[in-house]
Order: sequence, then C-alpha cells, then structure tokens
Amino acid sequence: MKKLSLSKLNELFSALSQKGELYIPADEKNGQAKFTLWQEGLSMTENLNTVRSAKDLFFPQVEQMVDFKVSGKEIEIVENRHTAEDFIIFGVRACDAKSFEILDRVFLSEPVDTFYKERRDHATVVTLACDKPEETCFCTAFGIDASNPAGDVSAWKVGEELYLRANTEKGEKLLSSLNLEDADESAVEETKAEIKKTLEKLPFGKLNLNGFDGEHLMEKFNRPEWAELSEACLGCGTCTFVCPTCQCYDVKDFDTGSGVQRYRCWDSCMYSDFTMMAHGTNRPTQKERFRQRFMHKLVYFPSNNDGIYGCVGCGRCLQKCPIHMNIVKVAKTLGEGEK
Amino acid sequence: MQEVMKKALELLQNGTVSRILGWKTGDFFYDLTPAVFESAEEVEKDFVFSPFCGANLSKYLIKESRKEGKIAVFLKPCDSYSFVQLLKEHRIIRDNVYVVGVACDGMCDIEKMKELGVKGVTAVREDGENLVCETLYGEKTVARKDALLERCVSCKSKKVVMFDEMLGENGEENPESHRFDKVAELEAMTPDERFAFWQNELSRCIRCNACRNVCPACSCEKCVFDNANSGIANKAAVTSFEEQNFHIIRAFHVASRCTDCGECSRVCPQHIPLHLLNRKFIKDINELYGEYQAGADMDTKPPLMNFTKDDCEPSIVHERGGDK
Repeated sequence: MKKLSLSKLNELFSALSQKGELYIPADEKNGQAKFTLWQEGLSMTENLNTVRSAKDLFFPQVEQMVDFKVSGKEIEIVENRHTAEDFIIFGVRACDAKSFEILDRVFLSEPVDTFYKERRDHATVVTLACDKPEETCFCTAFGIDASNPAGDVSAWKVGEELYLRANTEKGEKLLSSLNLEDADESAVEETKAEIKKTLEKLPFGKLNLNGFDGEHLMEKFNRPEWAELSEACLGCGTCTFVCPTCQCYDVKDFDTGSGVQRYRCWDSCMYSDFTMMAHGTNRPTQKERFRQRFMHKLVYFPSNNDGIYGCVGCGRCLQKCPIHMNIVKVAKTLGEGEK
Repeated sequence: MQEVMKKALELLQNGTVSRILGWKTGDFFYDLTPAVFESAEEVEKDFVFSPFCGANLSKYLIKESRKEGKIAVFLKPCDSYSFVQLLKEHRIIRDNVYVVGVACDGMCDIEKMKELGVKGVTAVREDGENLVCETLYGEKTVARKDALLERCVSCKSKKVVMFDEMLGENGEENPESHRFDKVAELEAMTPDERFAFWQNELSRCIRCNACRNVCPACSCEKCVFDNANSGIANKAAVTSFEEQNFHIIRAFHVASRCTDCGECSRVCPQHIPLHLLNRKFIKDINELYGEYQAGADMDTKPPLMNFTKDDCEPSIVHERGGDK
C-alpha cells in the first residue's frame, strides 16, 4: 500500500502521463463527465461516474479497420488499424472494472478480437473506490464490492490522502516506478466500512435475480409482460451506448469518393436494422428488440458464461433512459422478488 | 394530481374511452414512464400526475389512435401543440382520441437537480414551492424553480390549444418567454466562435437517436438515416462532418413543423442543447415569413410548405451578410 497527499494529485497525474497516455474522468459540461486524455490543467470530476463507460478506451464507438483506395481498376488495401502503446486509465469505478471481465469473455475468447486485445494488453487500470454511490447503483446485486474495487491498482480517497494498492504485476510495476510514501493497509479500513454502510442502503442493492438463468429461458422469453414493459420504449440506443457491457457492433463501409473506409461502430439491439438479414429482420417490433436486450443480459449471457450476468449495476441506463424503463424494472416485473 | 387521476377513472368507468394514455409511477417518484392504462385498477395502482411528467405523450398517439376503441390522453400545453401539428400532418386519427387538457406550472428535471448537488435521490415530495428530496445522504430541499426543465424556464405558452375537456383553467401564450435570447447570443458571435460552440456541443453526440425518436415532428416510417438504401444511413459519426450532418439535416427537416416542445434536449443523454438549432429556424422563419407558431391551430400552413409572392428570396442569405 502506498499513499500520496490529494493536494499532489496533479503531480501524480503528471508522473503517470510520462509513462504513457493517461485518461481520467473529467467534466465536459455540468454534471457530465468523460474519460479524457490528461494534460496539464485537467482535473478529475466530482461526479460519481462518467456518462459513457470506461469501455470506450478498449472498444471505442468508432474504430477504423481498413481503407481501400481505388484508382482505375486498381484497389489498394491500406492497413490503418490503431496500434496501441502503453496507457493508463485512472479513476475507474468497481462496476466498470468488472465490465472489462465481461467484455474479455466476449472479445478474448476464440476467435480473439485483435482490435480489442491490442488496447487491453497495453492498458493499466487504476480503480477508485466509490465514496458516494447514487440511488441508481446496484453493483452489489452482482457481487461487486465498490469499497474494494478490482483493477491493476485500487485507490481510495481517505480524508486528504489518496491510498493506492497494487493488485497485479502490472500494478506493482506502475506503483514501484512512482515516488510514493509507504502506508499500511489498515489506513483504508474505516473508509471501506463507511462505503459498505452506504452500499447496504442502496434501494436496488439486493435485486433478486433468482430464476434468471438458462433453465428458465423459455419461461422468461414467453412472458406476456414484455408487451407492457416495452410499450413506451422509444427504440433509441441510449441504454446500449451508455452501458459498460453492451458489446454489439456493426461493420460499415464509408464511401470516400475515391475508395472505402471500412470501420466498425457500436450497434444497438434497440434499432430496427439490428442484425438485418437478406430475408428481413427477425425482431419486427420494439417488443422483440427490447426483449432481446434484457434476455441477453439476464438469461443468454449467464447461461453461456458460468452464470455471470451481462450487467454490473452501474445504473447508467437508469439515469439516462428517456422514459425511465430499465433493467431493474424488468427484473422486478419478471423475477421472483418483490414487485 | 388527484383531479387528474379522478378524471382518468371517470372516463374509463363511464365508457367515454377504453384506454388512458398517461404516466406510470416509478421507484423514486421522478422516474415516470408513459403508459397505457386499460382498467380502473391499473389507474388506481400506477397512474401519476406529478412535476416529473415532462414526457410529451402526443407522439404515442400515432400508434395508439390506430388501435381499436377510443383512448384518452392528458396533454400539457406544450404537448397540445405537438398534438395539433401531428393532426395537421394526418398522423393521428382525431376521432379515436379524447383529449384532456391539463394546466402546467412547469416540469422538473432530475438531472438538473443532481447538477445542483442533490445526490442519491430515493424519493421526492412537493412542499409548496419546494421539492424535498430524501437521499442516501439525508434530506435535501431544492426550489422548484431551480429544478425546471430548460424548456419550462422559457415556457412559450400555458395554453392548451386543443382539448375535449380542460382540467383547471386554461392559460395564455407567453410572449415574454425570452426563448430566443440564447439564439440571439449565438447570432452575435463570429462565425468561427459559433462553429466552435456547435462543434464542442455536437462532439459529445453518441448517435443514440433519442432526440429523433422522441421528436413528434420526426414521424417518418423509416428515417433516411436508418435506411440502408439511402446511402447516408449511419450509426455513428465516422467524421466530424457527419457529427454535424445528422443534427443539421434533422433540424432542417422539422423546420416550420417543430413546435419547440423541447423533448430533444430533455432526452439527450449528453445534454446537447439541440432545441437551439430548432429555435434558430423558428426565429428565422418569424423574421422572414412573419410570426408563425407550429401546432397553434389547424388552419395555417407551415411557411416552408407554402408559397406566397411575399416569400423571401434566396438572396436573403447574402443580404443578411451570409453569416447570420
């Protein structure tokens, strides 16, 4: 365990930025934070979390794959994929840190997604314990402990100090390269206990997910309540795009006039043309699209991934859905718990 | 609140309608969802009318008015303009809708309250001019006027423009709304400053399409941006030009039909002030074609869908200096 005075946070950022690009959550606009490339003068947000999740740094919304240049009858293939260098993400919350494990299961299983792996391999993740969870947080329902976040390094704000603990070899390497004071693990115990007390009070912290598994797939799929739950859904992509675990993408060609830019971009199962095929779509109305999103997170994903849900309870969709329909309301309606 | 629910019950029970379009209660008082209620039990259990009923219900009537039976809808003043505009565009079957106008003191915005530092809000109650919030960190009070949605701060009208029945007293248009002040500020900028302003705002866009999907003026069966055959279908901004392209095309498309209901800015997860693009068009139309309010009545033609000999000529762009 190491420590540093919070008044020296800027110096820490400066030192970290010497080791590679450093991203920290910073305010873009009132109440709206984003993981932003650190440069002198940028300070960390006071907000609990960013609007978009930290997945952006491994799986950006738009990623160039390859270019084709056409001249006459010649087509030239231009490799332009991003090659990552070592970089650091500071201030990732426990929920987002957990989401990387979920994304890893998708992108790092065979066939490995080399675009994702490139970025993942070069990143060092420094997490930050949550001092002020929001009412929309329910990470505890997924066994995540926001008082003791994962990542290569975990950090805690305690009074005027920042405490840092290395969890992995990468984290060890990072901390030992910095000029930090030694500290005792017990220094953060009180803070952890306080956070735990707040976590106990989270209204959805004990969300009952019994019965959301492969065994109950058809039972859940055929529930009549989907019609009512999806009734007001606008079919926008807000929930999917602020979600740290949504991982669907589309591959598109952009006509430059003299060739093609092939890129991939986030897709949303809420969209009418999602997985459109030659014969049309197999999800003709918003009900089927809506059902797909929640079935994927609560039933399909865990049944294919050792019971791990495709949700980390970050609460972004609860905050941002224009009609306030969300995974908690779905789980309560279709689940075995309190309605 | 009680009066609105009573009316919903009465309309169902006396057979005036078979369904009610309203707002359904959530978990925290502020998280309401538009919903259709089919029985008195459903209404009694979940129907709400509160300061968090910002969602404009008019657009849902495109679908709902095509179903069997009559549906009652509760429309706030700004929603009623959208309703009339949709009627003018033949998108709603009027005979299948029973409109109850509801007076409105302005609706509140939970995101704005959070910006004011009220975190962890688990419940809200009204207390005179204040909203008292129970939070994970103790009780906090916010003045209702500080929590108002942006569109309500510069409310253009408290008049429900079409209704079968009005609850409470109908209000008046508000010519002193100052809703074009920010547009005038942008006009006063140099073109470079203005470009920088919009580039900064639009660079946050994540193309979630919430603005388009909620917009009552965006009622195309298939949007050009979703149509693979259009050549411009796109799910993400691949260049900075496209970032602007989507929003500017959309603003052009709804110009003279946009009632300035403000839903686009309300739903934007990135807090982009999209309503300012629409207001710029409204302001220009007012200046170039005479005062016009979309959705105010059934008779007037939207200036951009009409032709008169007095219409301004394209040269107006040059005459205005090209940089307005």
